[in-house]
Amino acid sequence: MTPAARRWAFLIAGAGLVAFYVWGLTGLPGFGQYPGPYGFVLNDVAVGQTKATAVVSAINFEYRGFDTVGEEFILFVAAAGVSTVLRHLRGERDRSTLDEALGRDALPTSDAVRMVALIFIGPTVVIAWYLALHAQTSPSGGFQGGVVLATAFILIYLSGQFLVFKRVSPVAITDAVEAVGAGGFACVGLSAVLLGLPYLTNDLSLGHTPGAIDSSGTIALISFFVGLEVAAAFVLIVGELLEQTLLIRQEDR
Amino acid sequence: MTGVLAVHTAYSVPVPLMDALQITVLVLVAAGATAVVLTRQPVRQVIVLSGYGLLLAILFMTFQAPDVTLSELTVGAVALPLLLLLALAKVRKKEE
Repeated sequence: MTPAARRWAFLIAGAGLVAFYVWGLTGLPGFGQYPGPYGFVLNDVAVGQTKATAVVSAINFEYRGFDTVGEEFILFVAAAGVSTVLRHLRGERDRSTLDEALGRDALPTSDAVRMVALIFIGPTVVIAWYLALHAQTSPSGGFQGGVVLATAFILIYLSGQFLVFKRVSPVAITDAVEAVGAGGFACVGLSAVLLGLPYLTNDLSLGHTPGAIDSSGTIALISFFVGLEVAAAFVLIVGELLEQTLLIRQEDR
Repeated sequence: MTGVLAVHTAYSVPVPLMDALQITVLVLVAAGATAVVLTRQPVRQVIVLSGYGLLLAILFMTFQAPDVTLSELTVGAVALPLLLLLALAKVRKKEE
């Protein structure tokens, strides 16, 4: 194909794409115009039905809870996949990059970075658990809490060393926490089945005051399990990648 | 965009102010995305990407999605750049 022919092929295809794109855009509802009806219905009934004042959490963990189970297991499988692909093969030996080439190893962390990281670890953990445990009251939830909790572990790595990171998040415990989180969510759903109700029916007391910490039944419980799962999955993935970067795996001879 | 997204509560921000804020942040996000694409050096690009994640988080905040803001803040501005930096460090080590 000559360059000229190639350019013509591009121009024709590009014009077709632009035409379709503009045609699609003209069919969209106007900016900020929501055609409904599901959002309006949920806004009206969600607080009364679930006693959760955070309607987004009510939707995530109740109205479309089954979808969220699926998403939960996507993350679970992704973390499992990363640790399988990056696993320790038989006959491989870990070696620190420090002895690779003298003078080429990473610079030590500066005191300023360590200080800032240390200061932020505590507040990060508090905010993370606050987010994970208040899904029913305010805009937050297990996913947000979980990723914030995982950044606390990243801060531990920044403030210290890889070894400290590994000591506070041993793979065996992280794996277990992740399994408990994913399995807990699934079991909350199964508990309804044992009672003869459809899967993931909200079978706990909804409480009396909408938006109270003890309101909304399974929504709060599911959010807690999601928080565990997400935090553990992220720590596991980051830990595996750190290990890949900081250690050199070589075959034992 | 004529204030269709403005919600009227006791804490309402005046509609013109909210419109101005949303337009400003949309322009900043467009500029940020362009900056990410135009940055050619990978390590630098990751840092720009992290700033772009922060801009996106602000965008979600001005469009009243605080829960998405929280996710974007941690995933877009911290977790994704970290994973990319680790991958870059690994690749670079192999090249040496």
